[in-house]
Amino acid sequence: METISSIKPLLAVLVSLCVVPFLLLSRKPNIREGWTFLAGAVKLLLVVSMAPVILSGKEIVCNVYEVIPGIGIAFRVDALGMLFALVSSSLWIITTIYSIGYMRGLKEHGQTRYYCFFALALSATIGVAFAGNLLTLYLFYEMLSLATYPLVTHHQNLEARSSGRKYLLYIVGTSIGFLLPAMLISYDLAGTLEFSRQGFLAGKGSGHLIGILMLMFIFGFAKAGIMPFHSWLPAAMVAPTPVSALLHAVAVVKVGAFSIVRVLTGVFGTDLLGSLNLGPVILFVASATILIASLIALSQDNLKRLLAFSTIAQLSYIVLGIGLLSPKGMTGGMLHIAMHAFGKITLFFCAGAIFVATGKKNVSEMKGIGRRMPLTMAAFFIGALSIIGFPPCGGFISKWYLVLGSLEAHQMTILVVLLFSSFLNAAYFMPVVYKAFFCAPEESMFENSVREAPIFCVLPLAITALITLGLFFFPQPFLELATMAVNNILGI
Amino acid sequence: MPDIIQTIIGKYNYWIYITLMMIGFYAIIAKNNLIKKIIGVNIFQTAIILFYVSIGAKWGGTIPILQHGHGEGGVGAATHAIKAVDYINPLPHVLMLTAIVVSVATLGVALSLAILIYRRYKTLEEDEILARIREK
Amino acid sequence: MTQHYPALLLVTPLLAAFVISAAGWINRKWCFPIAVVALTVSAWCSVALLLRVMKEGVIHYYLGGWAPPWGIAYYVDYLNGLVLPVICIVALVNLISSKRSVQDQFDEKIGAFYTLYVLMFTGLLGIVITGDAFNLYVLLEIAALTGYGLIAMGEERAPLATLNYLYMGTIGACFYLLGVGYLYIVTGSLNMVDIARILPPLYDSSAVLTAFVICMVGIWIKMGLFPLHAWLPNAYTYAPSASSSLIAPLMTKVMIYVMIRLMFTVFTPYYVFGILDVSDSVVWISVIAIVMGAVLALQQNNLKKMLTYIIIAEVGYMVGGAWLGNRDGLTGAILHIMNDAVMTLCVFLAVGNLVYKLKSYAFADLSGAFGKMPFTMWAFVAGGLSIIGIPPSCGFFSKWYLISGAIKSGHYEFMVALLFSSLVNVILFFRIIEITYFEPFEDHAHGHHGKNIDEAPLSALIPLLIVAAGLFVLGFFTSDFVRLIIQFAIPKGIV
Repeated sequence: METISSIKPLLAVLVSLCVVPFLLLSRKPNIREGWTFLAGAVKLLLVVSMAPVILSGKEIVCNVYEVIPGIGIAFRVDALGMLFALVSSSLWIITTIYSIGYMRGLKEHGQTRYYCFFALALSATIGVAFAGNLLTLYLFYEMLSLATYPLVTHHQNLEARSSGRKYLLYIVGTSIGFLLPAMLISYDLAGTLEFSRQGFLAGKGSGHLIGILMLMFIFGFAKAGIMPFHSWLPAAMVAPTPVSALLHAVAVVKVGAFSIVRVLTGVFGTDLLGSLNLGPVILFVASATILIASLIALSQDNLKRLLAFSTIAQLSYIVLGIGLLSPKGMTGGMLHIAMHAFGKITLFFCAGAIFVATGKKNVSEMKGIGRRMPLTMAAFFIGALSIIGFPPCGGFISKWYLVLGSLEAHQMTILVVLLFSSFLNAAYFMPVVYKAFFCAPEESMFENSVREAPIFCVLPLAITALITLGLFFFPQPFLELATMAVNNILGI
Repeated sequence: MPDIIQTIIGKYNYWIYITLMMIGFYAIIAKNNLIKKIIGVNIFQTAIILFYVSIGAKWGGTIPILQHGHGEGGVGAATHAIKAVDYINPLPHVLMLTAIVVSVATLGVALSLAILIYRRYKTLEEDEILARIREK
Repeated sequence: MTQHYPALLLVTPLLAAFVISAAGWINRKWCFPIAVVALTVSAWCSVALLLRVMKEGVIHYYLGGWAPPWGIAYYVDYLNGLVLPVICIVALVNLISSKRSVQDQFDEKIGAFYTLYVLMFTGLLGIVITGDAFNLYVLLEIAALTGYGLIAMGEERAPLATLNYLYMGTIGACFYLLGVGYLYIVTGSLNMVDIARILPPLYDSSAVLTAFVICMVGIWIKMGLFPLHAWLPNAYTYAPSASSSLIAPLMTKVMIYVMIRLMFTVFTPYYVFGILDVSDSVVWISVIAIVMGAVLALQQNNLKKMLTYIIIAEVGYMVGGAWLGNRDGLTGAILHIMNDAVMTLCVFLAVGNLVYKLKSYAFADLSGAFGKMPFTMWAFVAGGLSIIGIPPSCGFFSKWYLISGAIKSGHYEFMVALLFSSLVNVILFFRIIEITYFEPFEDHAHGHHGKNIDEAPLSALIPLLIVAAGLFVLGFFTSDFVRLIIQFAIPKGIV
């Protein structure tokens, strides 16, 4: 694998870190938002500029500094990391547009703090995407946890405080309690933390130990919402919707899922997992989460909580894909990182738009809203289709690969799980769409006449909905990156 | 049997210092009056000083001062070999001079603290002091 | 001149103390500058010594030209070469940072305060640099007595807390002296290197065993290892801010240094780990210390007292690390001496700033402090993150080595204790963050723009921010510290 040395990964991470002082010193809100856009654009440009190199088959490395003898903070951009980075950086700009509409529409307080920590969170996300070894990954993972805490607790009321506690308890608790010892034990076994193609733990340690380590890693990355460490996600819905949208549909939870994928492939390796028969263990944990979360989502009335449980289920698809240990399955899992991101963010944007326009949070209160906010609910419909996995939305492609993958791996039960969960997805999404479009609105429910949400809210959700549609027809470059990554891992 | 008695009697300086040390320790812990505690600290330290001095002692040794004729000073005084076994060891004494100074300094600090406490709480009994603190 | 740096290091503050004492009667304004100059000279010497050790190896300096075993030798190797600059820089930063609070609190007694401060500094430096066991006792008591004075200058309950500290501190020092006495009996020498040379044939004698045990217990009392810690919380809580920011970061760490010096230089690792079989028990004691420190910290309502219990847990980290008996554990312990000194300084300075403005340590009085004193609180958060052990702060890296050492030596209970302590620290610090960030400040004055920032004075704020930034810088350069300094401080007998 040819590697090129470049400072671009480091720059991509630092861009949003460096913009923070400017945000703090901005006098006018427009200047502040302007800085955020600038940082987002520069970051996206940096990431995109590295894409051709990756697509041509090479990798980019950047060793920053050695912090422990033998291990340093190092970046390594490969296909998988590029996939994730593209998703996050493109969605940051869109979310910034949305944030402007949302925060100004609701006249939220503490907006400067919000934008600063958003920038820090994105910096950490790119850091995780490009991490070249486990220590760098852990560093940016923790940075993300801390940077998102003020975002989750933005409203500073009692509810925010208790949600913040839950957030910390689950995320920092698992990372210190499981991740840190797992990382250190792995280091003790292998003498290195560099992600390698076939995993650096290959051939070291007994089967039982590897199995326990794998579970420690899976549960340690609680951001991926694997049950039973999932409760923070619904609780974190008290945050403003742009926070929920980017962070919990895209960045935070995707960091968790991505980290699990990275660790399973780069630390353990498919050979090791296959030879120790750990694939079924992963499949079991993931399937349980998918089914239980989808079932709980059925009973939710609060729209954001419903979406939260849907996210928990969808994330486990990603882990499920890796657990299949087959080429198509793994490709499907990785592709789902991108497809789910665009679909889910559309749904969250819609939820927020509804809240800005009408102040409603619960599905039961949203009858007939489709008449008033057609654009928003149309986008919602597209997003829902993508999550269910229906053509012509991007989500269909990743689900298709997952189905093929489970056939490849002769895991018929997983096939059943996939189909049943798609059915459940439809079961909790379609009523929302039905109520919105086909129920007569109860006039008493709406105080003022309802129009669409502000343009700054509607534009982003339209964009992401269109992208979701477009990804069905043009799944590149994500499909290509995912395929490349899987080929790398399997040594094809 | 004679061995043990030999050990007990032969090492009597150890037993004495340990006993003194424990008396001091008991005073620190069990006594209520601050001055008695401070005296306990002093006894504790004195026990150790006594121990050190005792280890320098020798049967039949004399004071460690060289006697030589006038006219020879400094290094030249040791022109003939000294039989160290005749003289008791001066080093522990020297060390203990320092330790005594430390002990006195500690005593001084402790007593001034006691004065401060007395001014604040008007009593030197520890249980009364604690009661007064809890009241505040 | 440069070859006399070891002596200059110590003599400058010693003489300066007397000058300050005199100056205190003539003109109180001279005290602070003289102290700053003295501490700066010492800091300069200590860094120069460290660089010299890195270039040339161990430095032996004989006071007055008298060779051991008659004279007192100063002995600078990689271990104390690292600790000396830490002490100097911590004391100097604290001196500058506490200028205003000392002025306000001790107006007429400023001369006395700075005299005691500089003398304590001398004592601490002497403990670290000396190579003579009895000289160490003398300097130990100098540091202790001046410490008692500094602590007793606080409010209310300080004298009683100091007196209780005095009892236990004196017992601890006397135990150490006793241990040295036993060593003298069997070896006839007081020089540490000399004793180490003479001892090996005598390893099976019970006098040596007694000496070791008594010395260890004495040092443990002085460092506050659970269950010999009872003096620490009250003494450090009721001390004035300026004193506690000096004593809390340094005293216990210097005692850890003494323990390491005794274990690894005087009684070699072969004796401590090979002949004695107590290392497992001591690791268990440190496990209990860590857990109890964490649990007791959770029960506190007083911010400063909570921090003192965290110190007790940190002492457990270092004792356990040293007694693990492997390279990583000892690296972690030595690294933590440096890291913990800086972390503790950071949080104590932050608390000092908070109390300077808010006049109280109780949790209930801290609400909304984030709005009122954002910079101080950010520095406190940085210190808290380091204590929890979040990368890239320095606290994470010492935890890395300690846990690594625990795994390698099979002491998984130590690893569990460390992780438990980190989790408890998360709760402790985020409780403070919640109180200061969420609840609106009580009497919110109707200032312009609603934000009423009333920060501590710049002389207290800037050093604090430098220390907070330093936590991350130290963390980032951990590898350099380990590769260039610490790995040479570990004796050859350790794997």
